[in-house]
Amino acid sequence: MDHDILLEVRGCRQAYHKDSAADLVVLDDVNLTLRAGEIVGLLGRSGSGKSTLLRIVAGLLVPTQGEVRWRGAPIAGPAEGIAMVFQSFALFPWLTVQENVELGLEAQGVPRAERERRAEEAIALIGLGGFEGAYPKELSGGMRQRVGLARALVVHPDLLLMDEPFSALDVLTAETLRTDLIDLWSEGRLPARALLMVTHGIEEAVLMCDRILVFASNPGRVEHELRVTLPHPRNRHDPAFGHIVDDIYGMLTRRAPAPAPSRTIPADETGLATPLHPVSTNLMAGLLETLAAPPYRGRADLPALASALQLEVDDLLPLGEALALLRLAELAEGDLHLLEAGRSFVDADTEPRKLLFAEALRSHVRLAATIRRTLDERWNHRVPALRFRDELEDHMSPDYAEATLRAVIGWGRYAELFGYDEEADQFMLEDQEEG
Amino acid sequence: MFLPASAPARRTRRLPNQWDLAALLFVLGALAAFGHGAAGTLAPIDAPEATRLTLAAADLPYYALRTVMRMLAAMAASLLFTFAFATLAAKSRRAGAVLVPLLDILQSVPILGFLSFTIAFFMGLFPGQVLGLELAAIFAIFTSQAWNMAFAMYQSLTTLPQDLVEATRAYRLTAWQRFWRLEVPFAMPGLVWNMVLSMSGGWFFVVASEAITLGDATWRLPGIGSYVALALEQRDLGAIGLAVLAMGLVILAYDQLLFRPLVAWSGKFRFETTAGANAPDPWVLALLRRTRVLRRAAEALGTGLAAIGSLRLRLPALPLGLRFRLGLPRQGRSRIAMGRAGDLAFGLAVAALAGLAFWRLADYVAAAVSWGELGEVLLLALFTLLRVAAMIGLASIVWLPVGAWLGRRPALTRLAQPVIQFLAAFPANLLFPPFVVGIVHFGLSPEIWLSPLMVLGTQWYILFNVIAASAALPGDLAEAASTLRLSGWLWWRRVMWPAILPAYVTGAITASGGAWNAAIVAEVAAWGDTKLVASGLGAYIAQATEAGDFPRIALGVAVMVVFVVVINRLLWRPLAAFAARRATF
Repeated sequence: MDHDILLEVRGCRQAYHKDSAADLVVLDDVNLTLRAGEIVGLLGRSGSGKSTLLRIVAGLLVPTQGEVRWRGAPIAGPAEGIAMVFQSFALFPWLTVQENVELGLEAQGVPRAERERRAEEAIALIGLGGFEGAYPKELSGGMRQRVGLARALVVHPDLLLMDEPFSALDVLTAETLRTDLIDLWSEGRLPARALLMVTHGIEEAVLMCDRILVFASNPGRVEHELRVTLPHPRNRHDPAFGHIVDDIYGMLTRRAPAPAPSRTIPADETGLATPLHPVSTNLMAGLLETLAAPPYRGRADLPALASALQLEVDDLLPLGEALALLRLAELAEGDLHLLEAGRSFVDADTEPRKLLFAEALRSHVRLAATIRRTLDERWNHRVPALRFRDELEDHMSPDYAEATLRAVIGWGRYAELFGYDEEADQFMLEDQEEG
Repeated sequence: MFLPASAPARRTRRLPNQWDLAALLFVLGALAAFGHGAAGTLAPIDAPEATRLTLAAADLPYYALRTVMRMLAAMAASLLFTFAFATLAAKSRRAGAVLVPLLDILQSVPILGFLSFTIAFFMGLFPGQVLGLELAAIFAIFTSQAWNMAFAMYQSLTTLPQDLVEATRAYRLTAWQRFWRLEVPFAMPGLVWNMVLSMSGGWFFVVASEAITLGDATWRLPGIGSYVALALEQRDLGAIGLAVLAMGLVILAYDQLLFRPLVAWSGKFRFETTAGANAPDPWVLALLRRTRVLRRAAEALGTGLAAIGSLRLRLPALPLGLRFRLGLPRQGRSRIAMGRAGDLAFGLAVAALAGLAFWRLADYVAAAVSWGELGEVLLLALFTLLRVAAMIGLASIVWLPVGAWLGRRPALTRLAQPVIQFLAAFPANLLFPPFVVGIVHFGLSPEIWLSPLMVLGTQWYILFNVIAASAALPGDLAEAASTLRLSGWLWWRRVMWPAILPAYVTGAITASGGAWNAAIVAEVAAWGDTKLVASGLGAYIAQATEAGDFPRIALGVAVMVVFVVVINRLLWRPLAAFAARRATF
């Protein structure tokens, strides 16, 4: 047996049972082997199951199928030697920094004196010396996450799990913390033997990880795996760095080979149930205008666009996809380019824009077209939203169905294709007098 | 961990300082007083001193002490109950499915109507001892305090922040450690606030439950309530004035010594991650923090308590069968299938039990009461409903504008809040005598003029909530309203009314619930030999209690519960849901 292997995940699948229809698969057939000395990143869009995988490894979730072995033995519940850092920090507001850090040791029954000594060490290591008596609310976001790190490191874990640890921080703070963490790791001063982190930041993953698993959505699965062999500290302006980032953008935007229809999800013959992201029409219009204007003049490289607009992949990709769905722009190989309809949209005034948008919505979004048609057929021009929600939930999770409905409501309102009465939870036609 | 935040270990002398002296006298005095009071509860009931009361002013402090101790004992019991009940309801799906609606019903049970049953029960447990009576009184207060505390704790437990729960699991805290490290602290602010409310409500019941007539027997436990009852009998207005004064002092002391420090301390557990403006410490907490020896002792106690909380206790594993019946999470794959069958069995068992209880009750009541009387009781309930509705409406008309106006004036709000809090806590039944004297004197109709007594104590909840909501109107909205030059009726309809609606509904629910309860003591009033009765369900229950007529008490209480629950479901719930949906910021 390979003694460096810490963690093995084999054929892992996570599905939620639903009463009316089939299981909803959030994670399908995931395999992962983690060795001592590695930093591995799980990269993907929200909803791709990467956080679910992290929680399975943490022992917080039990996978529906598959096997997770930690140091050779199957995992049943949170295991010794694994510690976790949370996106929201998960600090106890009523405990001081010192007490928060001691928590894990306390749970292990470590005597008080040793607990205090080790907590002080961890606090000093992570650069928070002097703040032992402070309460979390007195600290800035970056310092709070340092407390989160100290709390995880104080138990000297073999594996440190991090769930989007920097995404709640501002850009500058996040960068400092990343650098500090990598420095400690490179110098061998980090009391952990391997790191597994979830991220949706492509640059963050390339900056920190030795190996990146790129996740695809619906159902969540590992689509690509790539190694990053650049030495630490890595330079964002290094051309090799840029190539890797470009590659990953390409992977995330490549017209996905239609996922093998999952056995448990009934095929959707009507095309009604395409999951939609509720992106604001304001943002769509803004992006189209930016794309049409110099320096892009109708075609932009996504990484460049992302950094110019200060948008994360999680914000930019759904936006691009919505435009692609409406055939206002096209998304391919890490590029976004403007289509004819998009050009007309940018050139038009407010009212014609709405007409163009309505036209695109009716032609390319089956759900919107169906809602409008149903409303036209009803004598009172009202339809309960429940009807569509039920239909969507046969093909996707309730959360996705809700997001899809919110998207179609927002777009339908902007296009003045139909209205929505929140109180009654009904779609309706507004007065159509002016035509 | 249950102690005020202390600065990081300071190496100072451990000699007592002057603050210690003051605080120590305080603590010793309280201990001695409680010891003295406790001795009285262990006497046999026919001992001459045990239940004989005098109207001497010199005895009043002792009576006040006994009343306070009853209150404290009930609060301790409520706290224990809260921990056990809320934890079970939140952790076990099936227990929760029964316990939560049960709590809702229990909240609507008129405690005063219930008193006769509990006295019979506790007297049976401790025949011939004052302790039985004491326990019955304490139980009555407990039933007025426990439900909303348990509900607050249950709500906290069901809204625990997911990330903190995951952190306690990832760091492998045991259930016991999680309880003291996460669940109790998270629930603390809500729990303390509900303790304050419970305590305010409790004074009413402690006073009402001390002097009890059941059939031919009358018992008087030494306490302020009995003192007033005796004063009423002897038509002694001066003694009533003294009792009112004593009660006022007791409530003031409670507020200053216990609640302000407790509320200030519980702020530490408020779940917010931004530092807010800190109000100055109440003087008792400041005194405690300034003392040296006492603070040391408190810290040592705190460390000890924290050590208990951090014990790696695993809660005793329930036998598998019981775990299954309670619907606690289990390991295993066939969980869902077994869970369904279990749910069905559990549901059937609960339904069978409820059916049996209903049948027994119906049987018991039907033996003594005819169908015609049921109709009469329903009519009486309608009268009481009319009174409650009219009084809440009247109180709303008066207090809505006043509260909204006060809330917009911060200086006045600061002055008014403690006064209103005090008024809400003050047991209104002590204030009944002057009203009764007035009604007798002017020969007014009790049918109408006894009604205001029902909301005498509970109207303050409306005012209190409206002031708070009006004061909390966001500054930018108020500014937007004035730049748009909204005024008069439009301002009320578009700005103030939506802003205070949720709080008003909450206040009105509390007020009307309290009014139903108060009906039992307010629809019948006596001044010496003169007796005033207003026809209503409250009077029906009160008269049945006096006659020791258990079937009629049961019928009256059951009808009242049904009325309160139905009104809650049909009126208040939808209104509260609407307010929460439409009018929150």
